[in-house]
Amino acid sequence: MELVNIFLQSAFIENMALAFFLGMCSFLAVSKKVETAVGLGTAVVFVLGITTPLNNLIYDNLLREGSLSWLLGAEKAATVNLEFLSFIAFIATIAATVQIVEMAIDKFSPALYGALGVFLPLIAVNCAILGGSLFMVQREYDVAESTVFGIGAGFGFMLAIVALAAIREKLKYSNVPAGLRGLGITFITTGLMAMGFIIFGGIQL
Amino acid sequence: MKFLRKKLDAVAPLFEKGGKFEKYYPLYEAGDSFMFSSAHRTQSGPHVRDVIDLKRMMTMVVIALMPTLLWAMFNHGYQTQLANSSYGLTADMAITPGIICDSLWMGLLKFLPIYIVTVVAGGTIEAIFSVVRKHEINEGFLVTSMLFPLIVPASIPLWQVAVGIMFGTLIGKEVFGGTGMNILNPALTGRLFLFIAYPAQISGDVWNIYPSVESGLQVDGHTGATALAEFYTNGAAALNDMNWMDSFLGLTGGSFAETSTLACLIGAVILIATGIGSWRIMLSTLLGMIGMTLLLNFFAPPEVLPDGSLVEHHYMFIDWTWHLVVGGFAFGTVFMATDPVSAAQTDTGKWIYGAMIGILTIIVRVLNPAYPEGMMIAIIFMNIFAPTIDYYVVKANITRREKRLGIQ
Repeated sequence: MELVNIFLQSAFIENMALAFFLGMCSFLAVSKKVETAVGLGTAVVFVLGITTPLNNLIYDNLLREGSLSWLLGAEKAATVNLEFLSFIAFIATIAATVQIVEMAIDKFSPALYGALGVFLPLIAVNCAILGGSLFMVQREYDVAESTVFGIGAGFGFMLAIVALAAIREKLKYSNVPAGLRGLGITFITTGLMAMGFIIFGGIQL
Repeated sequence: MKFLRKKLDAVAPLFEKGGKFEKYYPLYEAGDSFMFSSAHRTQSGPHVRDVIDLKRMMTMVVIALMPTLLWAMFNHGYQTQLANSSYGLTADMAITPGIICDSLWMGLLKFLPIYIVTVVAGGTIEAIFSVVRKHEINEGFLVTSMLFPLIVPASIPLWQVAVGIMFGTLIGKEVFGGTGMNILNPALTGRLFLFIAYPAQISGDVWNIYPSVESGLQVDGHTGATALAEFYTNGAAALNDMNWMDSFLGLTGGSFAETSTLACLIGAVILIATGIGSWRIMLSTLLGMIGMTLLLNFFAPPEVLPDGSLVEHHYMFIDWTWHLVVGGFAFGTVFMATDPVSAAQTDTGKWIYGAMIGILTIIVRVLNPAYPEGMMIAIIFMNIFAPTIDYYVVKANITRREKRLGIQ
């Protein structure tokens, strides 16, 4: 039940894109067509679902204060705190994972690889992915929880970007004032979407 | 009428190309088409042979709103008099023709300022945009400006009315290019903005009771908790003090339009009969609401008293007949969810869209402690997803046809 709650919370209540406004660059850039938005969304679910638990393992076993006790013994480990390395470690993990995942998909499922295309390497620098790992640290999730959190957050991001893409496809027929065409109206749309997403805010799970 | 036509024709050259007020043509056009049908004919194809146009459509919506509007004014006045009498300021209440007239008059005095502010503030934005962008002032605003005052509480400060409708018209509609191109319902966008920005004035019981001395024998303000707030604090136990028929007819407190389900039903009949409101959306919203409520009823946890007996006090026990008549459900279903611009466009999409509105409304009402009412925000939320629903409905249709033809 706890895991279901984490999923719902990360997907709807604390939506990465519309509650925290993370990953805005790809959120705005890759939402012109629904099909590509679905591709990027799938990639985000994939990468968040893998990197968040992986970073959780790294953080719990290497970086956290006293977590090196399996290597140095409890006494010595208590003096070692590598938390200042967490940013660089997380980013390295994310970049490496994205590369490995990309090669693996290319090898085993060329169809999916073709569908995801350029988005896999692109999201190595997506701040929603790093944000997922940092939230995981902040909220002290364990491995199972961080897996669910990663997938949930990715799903929420996908939902938001697909909705935005569908709206933007519809907006093609709108007579938007010249100065607002393109990104301007997309920002306004995103703001209005965020207003709508408060529907789930306040639900206590 | 001929006199009016002559007058309008006389000033027309001033506004036409090359005239003195060429810039302000949209304003002239708005006045002209408000009084007379357009003399313009479609120049190039495709020609649709139908007498209905946007103007006629919007006028029908306004007509359908009339019962609600009249009831809103009557009920507001009636509630005020009821409050007066409950503090012993006037005699007992019995519904007589005199009371009805008084009530209507008091309601009108309260409603009119809000309506005027809405029209002036929103109309200014609309006029500026139409002059600068050279499009016609659209009848769509007539409906928006009629809906907006009906969904705010009577106790709202007038400057908030102005801010809300300006936000709704500007960000909700004009930046997208005007009527027919917006993604969210403009009236609801304005209200949602007020709801987020000034939550204290728009929901809950805001005014305290001031039996003021200066204003003589009048109660300055009186608010009580609305039915939904009662449900939230007391659960199903709140039903003991309530009368279903009163809620259905609308003899309760609340925002102007939300009180009477009966008036909304009359509006629904008009909208469906003229083919302007989608019966699919109305029906599916109702079904979604009923389905979700039955589900919650099924899972509702009974409270165990110390002596071992069970009482059904939880909010989840309240059945759908109540959810239908309290709050803004009926008004939202009939007039807001069916907005032809922001709703789903495909038939299958309409079923999904409506059902989700019903389901989300009940989820917010019962399970989300942050907001007492979910109708407004559920409609906005589904407005956001309506294009997505349409996209996948159309796509599924294409795939099915391709399969039938053996292309795939």
